[in-house]
Amino acid sequence: MTTLKSESVDIAGPTDVVILRQKVRAWSIELKFSLVDQTKMITASSELARNTLDHGGGGRCLMEMVSNGARSGLRLTFEDHGPGIPDIDLALKDGYSTGNGMGLGLSGSKRLVNEFQIASKVGEGTRICVVRWK
Amino acid sequence: MSKIAEILQKNESELLADWMKEQLTAVRRRDLMNDGELQAQSTDLLRSIASAARNGNVTDVSGSDWAGVRERLTDISASRAKQGFSPDETALFVFSLKQPLFTRLRNELAKDPNAMFAEMWNATVMVDRLGLMTFGAFLKAKEQLIAQQAEEMLELSTPVVKLWQGIVAIPLIGTLDSNRTQIVMESLLSTIVATNSKVAIIDITGVPAVDTLVAQHLLKTITAAKLMGAECILSGIRPQIAQTIVHLGINLNEVITKASLADALATALQKTGKTVVRIDKQNGKAGENKDGAEVKQTPERKGA
Ligand SMILES: Nc1ncnc2c1ncn2[C@@H]1O[C@H](COP(=O)(O)OP(=O)(O)OP(=O)(O)O)[C@@H](O)[C@H]1O
Ligand SMILES: [Mg+2]
Repeated sequence: MTTLKSESVDIAGPTDVVILRQKVRAWSIELKFSLVDQTKMITASSELARNTLDHGGGGRCLMEMVSNGARSGLRLTFEDHGPGIPDIDLALKDGYSTGNGMGLGLSGSKRLVNEFQIASKVGEGTRICVVRWK
Repeated sequence: MSKIAEILQKNESELLADWMKEQLTAVRRRDLMNDGELQAQSTDLLRSIASAARNGNVTDVSGSDWAGVRERLTDISASRAKQGFSPDETALFVFSLKQPLFTRLRNELAKDPNAMFAEMWNATVMVDRLGLMTFGAFLKAKEQLIAQQAEEMLELSTPVVKLWQGIVAIPLIGTLDSNRTQIVMESLLSTIVATNSKVAIIDITGVPAVDTLVAQHLLKTITAAKLMGAECILSGIRPQIAQTIVHLGINLNEVITKASLADALATALQKTGKTVVRIDKQNGKAGENKDGAEVKQTPERKGA
C-alpha cells in the first residue's frame, strides 16, 4: 500500500473535531467518494475523534490518502495516550458506554468503514485505524 | 550590562520620542487608536524591554527574564487583533523600534566599528524575535476571534419560527456540537411554551452529518418536548444521512420522520386538526390564493 499524501491533525478540543471532520470531507471529495461514502467517513471520523477527546483525553489523527494499486482510499489513524480500553469486545457492543453516550460510536463507526483495527492497552492508550476504499 | 541594555536605560525618553515618530509615519491608524493610548503602550513596552535586557540576554527573548515583555506583547497583539489592525501593522509596531535603536548604537559606538556591528546584530536579533512573537500572538488571537465569531453566528442561525397557529419549526443548519445543540434545545422548548404549540418540526436538511452525539441531543429534545405536551416531527433526513443513521444503529422508530419540511408541515396541520384543500377555481377565489390552496379547520371530534 502506498501513501499518496498525509496530514496529522491534533485533537485537543471540540473545535478540532469539527476541523477534522471538514478535512475528511475535503479529502473524501478529492477521492471522488459518493455522497453516501463521504457522509459515512465523515460520521466515523466524528465518532472516533470524539472518543479520542472524551475517553482518551485528547490525541491526534493521522489522515492518509492511500492506494493499493487497484483502489484508492482514505485511512485515518486515531491515537491517544489515555486510559486505554480494558475490554475491547465489550466496548464494541452496541449500547455499551462508560459515559452517558448512546454507546454506538465505536461499534457504529466499525460498520461505516471497510477496514477497522483497534489496539489498546490499559494505562497506555488506544490506537484505532480505519480505511474506506473508493 | 550589554550596550543595548545601557542605551535602553539611559536614553529612554529620546528612544521613545524617535520610536513614536517612526510609528506615526510608518503605520498610523488614528481611526483605531489615539495617540495618547499608543504613547502609553509604547512607553510601557519599552520600559519592560529595558528591564528584561538589563537582567537577561538580549538575544534570548524566550528566557524567563523576558516573560513580562512576552506577556505585554501578547496583550497588545490580542487587543490589536480585536481593534481591527492588520497583521503587518501590528508587527511593524515592534519592527519600527529598530531604526531608533540603531541610531543610538551608531552614535555611541562610532569609534569601535567591530563592537557596533556586534551590537547592531544583537539588536536586530532581539527586535526580529520580538516582532515574530508579536506576529504569532496576533495570529493566535485572530484565530480565537474567528472561532468565537463562528460560534456566535451559529447561535444566530437557529431561529425558531412559528409556521402556523400551534406549529413551530426550527431549521438546523451546519454542525451541531454540544454547546449549540443545548442552545437550540432551549430555544425550541421555550418557544413551544411561549406559543403554546402542539407540534414542533425539527428540520435537519442543513445538517451535514448526524453522529451519535447529535442523535442523542435530538432525541433528548424530542423527549423533553413530549413532556411539555408537544409532539416533534423530524424532517429533512437526506438519503446519505438515513443510511449513516442505520449503520450507526441509532433507533429513530419512536420519532415521526418526514423526508421534507413540506411533508412535515402537512402532517403537523393534520395533527392540529387542519387540512389543506384545493380551492374551487370556478368560484373565482383562486386569484386570492396563488397556489389555489386553503387551510381549513377540520371539525374537532367531540370530547377530544
Ligand atoms: N479512545 C478511547 N479511550 C478509552 N476508552 C474508549 C476510547 N474509545 C472508546 N472507549 C470506550 O468505549 C466505550 C464505547 O464507545 P462508544 O463510542 O461506542 O460510546 P460512547 O462514546 O460512550 O457514546 P457515543 O455513542 O456518544 O459515542 C466508551 O464509553 C469508552 O468507555
Ligand atoms: Mg463515542
